[in-house]
Amino acid sequence: MAHNPLRQSPLAHLGLIARAGQGADDAGIILTEAPFTDHIGLRGDGADTAFAGAVEKVLGFALPISPNTVTGKAKKTALWLGPDEWLIVVPFGAADKLIAALGKALTDVHSAVFDVSDSRTVISLSGANARHVLAKGCGLDLHPRTFGPGSCAQSTLALAHILIHQTDTAYRLYIHRSFAEYLWAWLEDAGAEFGVSISTP
Amino acid sequence: MSAQKNRLGNGGRINRGKPLRFTFNGRDYQGYEGDTLASALLANNSGAVARSFKYHRPRGIYSAGVEEPNAVVQLETGARTRPNLQATEIELYDGLSATSVNCWPTVEFDIGAINSLAARLLPAGFYYKTFMWPKSFWMTYERVIRNAAGLGKAPTAPDPDTYHKCHAHTDVLVVGGGPAGLAAALAAGRTGARVILAEQEHDFGGRLLSERGDIDGIPAGDWVGLALAELNAMEEVTVLGRTTCFGYYDHNYLGMVERCHINAAKSMLEPKDGPSERLWRVRSHQVVLATGAIERPLVFADNDRPGVMLAGALRAYLNRYAVRPGRKAVIFTNNDDAYRSAIDLHDSGVEVTALIDLRVDPDGPLPDAARARNIQVMDGWVITRVLGNRRLRAIEIQRLTADGGAITGEARRIDCDVLGSSGGWNPVVHLHSQSGAKARFDDALQSFVPGPARQAERSAGAANGAFALDDCLGQGHAAGLEAAKLAGFKSKSKTKRPTAESIDEAPLKAMWIVPGEAKPGHGSKHFIDLHNDVTVADIELAAREGFHSVEHVKRYTTLGMGPDQGKTGNIPGMAVLAGALDTEIASVGTTTFRPPFTPVTYGALAGRDIGEFSDPARKTALHHWHEQASALFEDVGQWKRPWYYPKAGETMQDSLNRECLAVRHGVGILDATTLGKIDIQGPDAAEFLNRIYTNAWSKLAVGRCRYGLMLGEDGMVMDDGVTARLAENHFHMTTTTGNAARVLGWLEEWLQTEWPELKVYCNSVTEYWATMTVCGPRSRDLLAEFTDIDLSAEAFPFMSFKQADVGGVAARIFRISFTGELSYEINVPASHGLGLWTALMTAGEKYGITPYGTETMHILRAEKGYIIVGQETDGTMTPNDLGMDWIVSTKKDFIGRRSLSRTDCTRPGRKQLVGLLTDNPSEVLPEGAQLVFDVKPQPPMDMVGHVTSSYYSAALGRSIALAVVKGGADRMGETIHAPLIGKTVNCKITGPVFYDPDGSRIDGA
Repeated sequence: MAHNPLRQSPLAHLGLIARAGQGADDAGIILTEAPFTDHIGLRGDGADTAFAGAVEKVLGFALPISPNTVTGKAKKTALWLGPDEWLIVVPFGAADKLIAALGKALTDVHSAVFDVSDSRTVISLSGANARHVLAKGCGLDLHPRTFGPGSCAQSTLALAHILIHQTDTAYRLYIHRSFAEYLWAWLEDAGAEFGVSISTP
Repeated sequence: MSAQKNRLGNGGRINRGKPLRFTFNGRDYQGYEGDTLASALLANNSGAVARSFKYHRPRGIYSAGVEEPNAVVQLETGARTRPNLQATEIELYDGLSATSVNCWPTVEFDIGAINSLAARLLPAGFYYKTFMWPKSFWMTYERVIRNAAGLGKAPTAPDPDTYHKCHAHTDVLVVGGGPAGLAAALAAGRTGARVILAEQEHDFGGRLLSERGDIDGIPAGDWVGLALAELNAMEEVTVLGRTTCFGYYDHNYLGMVERCHINAAKSMLEPKDGPSERLWRVRSHQVVLATGAIERPLVFADNDRPGVMLAGALRAYLNRYAVRPGRKAVIFTNNDDAYRSAIDLHDSGVEVTALIDLRVDPDGPLPDAARARNIQVMDGWVITRVLGNRRLRAIEIQRLTADGGAITGEARRIDCDVLGSSGGWNPVVHLHSQSGAKARFDDALQSFVPGPARQAERSAGAANGAFALDDCLGQGHAAGLEAAKLAGFKSKSKTKRPTAESIDEAPLKAMWIVPGEAKPGHGSKHFIDLHNDVTVADIELAAREGFHSVEHVKRYTTLGMGPDQGKTGNIPGMAVLAGALDTEIASVGTTTFRPPFTPVTYGALAGRDIGEFSDPARKTALHHWHEQASALFEDVGQWKRPWYYPKAGETMQDSLNRECLAVRHGVGILDATTLGKIDIQGPDAAEFLNRIYTNAWSKLAVGRCRYGLMLGEDGMVMDDGVTARLAENHFHMTTTTGNAARVLGWLEEWLQTEWPELKVYCNSVTEYWATMTVCGPRSRDLLAEFTDIDLSAEAFPFMSFKQADVGGVAARIFRISFTGELSYEINVPASHGLGLWTALMTAGEKYGITPYGTETMHILRAEKGYIIVGQETDGTMTPNDLGMDWIVSTKKDFIGRRSLSRTDCTRPGRKQLVGLLTDNPSEVLPEGAQLVFDVKPQPPMDMVGHVTSSYYSAALGRSIALAVVKGGADRMGETIHAPLIGKTVNCKITGPVFYDPDGSRIDGA
C-alpha cells in the first residue's frame, strides 16, 4: 500500500508557524523550532588514532577532542559529548549515507554508529535576554568568558536533560522529543518577562 | 487621618512630595515615599504596635532593621497576604494595610496580658514541664495556646504572583552595600572581574543612610550615589538592591532572594509584570562579606516598654526618615558610639534629658561633643527602673558601686518618652558561620568576630569588627582587591581607596545584666529576647536546672527562636548563660547559625517548579492522537501513557472488555513507545549480555529475539524485556518503561567499573523510535497491507525480528507478544510515528482495529500469567519465586547468581507466584489484598501472601488474579482466603496461566 508519511516534529501541534512574528519587535527572546536535522551518535576512543583518523577521513574534519567543543565543515557538525562520545549533525536526509560510510570506515575499530535523528528536536534560542532565560534553569556558566560560539555542553535546563550548542547567532538546545513540549512551555514562561517572539526556521 | 506629628520639617531620605496612605490595625495614617512601615508609624507617634509573644506585654518599634523583634506584622489580607513581616523591613506603598500579628484582641486591650500577671506560672521550659502530663491534655492546651498566642496567618488561597529562580556565576560576590561593600565592589569591579553586589535594603549605603558624615570630602550620601553610578556603568558588575543573601553553602554557593516588586511605586496587591521575587543561586569564586553589625541592647529592668529602642535606631529614624522618635530622649550606653545618637537628637531639636553611661569618666571626642552641647552625661549610673506601661514616661537611675557590681545611693527620676540603649555592636557573622567557619570572641569588642575562613571568603568593615567608617572603607577596598586578585584579576592601575575622618572611640565596658532594685525576675523583668519573651531569669533558671549547652538552653528557653532569630538577644543571652555558669562567653560559644539569615518565602524557593513545571510530562509522538481519541492517561514514571479509551456511555470495565476482546478476536493497537530501548554494540556485546541477564545469549542467532531477566546483585528480579540480535555484534535491548534510565545506568556502571575490558557501547535510543504493537489474530492481515516481506509464521516466526519497509518507512519489526496473540511490535523513527499509526488505523477499520491502553495490556498479559516487574515483583522475588527457573542458566555466571544459592533464597516457604480464581467468578479481588489459609474472626491472622494483580477477564468471562503465596507452588488446588472489610473472599490456588495455556494462538488463529 502506498503511504506517504508526513514527518511530525514533537512541537508540530503547537502551531508555531502560525504564531511566528506575533511577538513584540523588542522581544528579548526569540524562539524557533529547528526540527529535522539528522543526528548520528558516534562512540569510540578519541585517543585512538585508528578511530579518530578513520572518522576524520569520512567527515573531512577532525572530531573535537577538547571537552565541550564543536568542530565542523560543509554542513557537518560534530559536538563533543564525552571522551568517547560525539553527536554528528548533518542536514535532513544525509544520515543514512554518512552512517554507512562511518560504519565501513570503522569496520575493524571498536565503535558504535547509530541514527538518533528522531530522538531530539532543536529549539533555537536567541535575543538580547537569551542568556538570562537559560540562567533561570541551567546551572552552567554561559558567560562569554567561559562559553561562546563553538561551545557545547550537556546539562539540565529546568527539569529536562539538554545539549546546548552556541552558534554565532543563537543557542541551539537539543531536547529529547518526549520532553520538547515541556521545555517549550517552560521557555515561553521563563521568557515572558523579557517578551517572547516566535520565529520560523 | 492623623498628622505626622513626629515628622521633622526637613531632611531625611523621604519624598515629601509623595504622601502615601496606609492603614495599620484598621486606623488610617499617612507617610511618605521612602518610609518603611515602621518609620511611618513612628512619624505618627504610634506607640505600642504589638503585644509580646508569651506575656502579651505592649511593645513598640525597637529597631530600624532586620533585627526588629517587636513590630511583627501581617501585611495585607487575602491571597497575597504575608505573615510575620517586620515593619522595619516593609517599604511603604500607597494603600498598604497591615495588622499586628500578636495582639488578640487588640493592641490596646489584650486579654492575653493576664499571662503577664501569671508570669510566675510561665517559666522557661513551661511547655515541656506542663504539657508532658497528662498526655491527653496536650490537645486542649494546644488549642488554647494557639488561640491566644501564635504568629501570623498563612494565606489560604493560591498565591497569584509568580516567583522565579536563576543561577549566577561570578568572580566576586560582595554581600552588603554599605561603605565596606561599596568600597569592595568598586575595587573588585575596577579590575574587570565579574562582580555581584547584593544589598538587602532598597537603598544602598548601609549605616551611611543613618549617619551624618563625609567620605572623600563629600557628604556620604553623595559618595554612595557616585559609587553606585560607577558600579552600574561597569559591564561586568551586577548591582542588586532589595536582595538578601540568606545562605552560604559548600563550594562558595550562596542563596539570595531578590524582592523585585515590593516598592513604593507599587502596591504588593497589584498584579505584576514580572516575578514578585527571584531566588538567586550564586556560585562565586570569592566572597566579600560586608554585612555590617547589629547593635545589642543593654539588659535592664523592664527594658521592653514601648519607647525603649536601640540607640542606633534613634538616629536612623532621625537622619534617614526625618522622624523624631520622641520629644524627650534618654540614651543609656556602655560605649562611645551611642553618643552620636544623643548628639544627632540634640542637633535635631529633641531634648536629650540625660545620657547615662555606665562607664566612669568617659573621655574622647564624642563625649566631649555631647558635653559641649550641654547634654547631661550621667557617668557611672545605670537605669534601674522604667516607668510607663503602654508608653515610656520616665526612668529611674542609680549610681553603680565602685566595683560596678551593684547599685547604691538614691534613685533619681528622669522624664523621657524614648530611650535608646546600646551595649555595643555585634558583627553580622551569620554568613561567615554558615560557610563553616567558627566565629571568635573578641574581648575588646565583647562580641563574636569572624574567625579563620573555611571557604574563599573574607569579611570587611563592621562585619569584621571594624566599626569606624574609615576602617570600613579601607577594609572593604582591600577585601575587594584581594578577592579579585585571587579570582585572577589584577588591579590595572593603583586605585585609591576612599577615606573618611577617623574619630577615636574609647573601649566599651561589658555589663550583661544591669542591676536593678530587685533580682531579675522578682518584680521586674530583664528581657533578653523580646520576641519570644525570654528573660535573664529564664536563662538563669535553665542553667540551674542543668542546661549548660547553649544549644540546649536555646531550645529550653526558646531564646533566639522567633522570626528575628535572636539578632539582638542572642549575644546578651549567651553572656548571661556564661555568667550563670561562671565561665567565659567564648567557651559558651554561639548557637549554630543556619540559613536563612532572614525568612525566605516558599514562593521564592519553589519558583516556577509548580503545576505543569513541577515535573515534565513526557509525551510520545502519538500523544495528541490519543488525546483526540479521548484516552485517559496513566503516569508511568514521567511518561503519559494511554490508560484506556472510553467511548461515550461506557464504564471503565465496558471499555476494557471491548479493548480486550478486540485483541483476542480481531486486532488491537498499543502505543509501546515508552519502553526503554538500548542500542548495544561491540565485539563483546553477547558476552556482556551473558553477564547481565540470567540466560545465555552467545548462541542467539542474528535476527532472533530473546526474553531476559535482569537480577540485582542480591539475586532479586530487577528488570525484564526482550532483546534482539540485529547483527553479530549489535543488539537492541528493551527495558520496562519506568526502569529505562536506571537500566542504562546499571549497564554503564558494570562496564565502567567492573568490566572495563569489555568492548561494548550502550546507548539509549528510546526517544528515536515510535513503537506500536499490532496485536491479535488479524494483525498479520493488516500488516501485510503495509509491507512486502513474507509475514508467514514460517518466514517470520515468533521471537524473531525483521528490518523492513512499513508504509514507506524503514522499520524494525519484532514478532514478540505480551498477550499470547499473534503480535508485531513495529518501530519506526519517531517523527514517522503518527503517520504510520493513523494509516494503520484507517486500514484496520475493516478489521475493527481497536486502540488499547495499559490497563488492557495488563489484563491480557495477566491472562497469560506474564509478570510485570514492580507489580508481581517487589525487590524480594527471585526467578525461582516467579516460577521462572527455566530462564536461569546453570552453566554460566551472571549478576545475582551467587545470591540465588543463599540459604534464604532456597528455603521452603518463600512466597511464590500463583494464580487465584475466586469461588464467585464475578468477584474481583482488590490488588494488595492479604491472603490467609486460616480465617479468624478478626486480625491478627497468619498472612501468607498477597494479591499482586487482579482483573475481570472478558475473554474468560470471569475474574482472575495473580498472587504471591508462601509455598504456593506446592498448594495448587487448595483454597485460600482474602479477608476484606466486611467479607471474606474464598479463592482456589491455580497456575498463573489462565488463557491458552498451550500457546496455540501465538501464530494467529
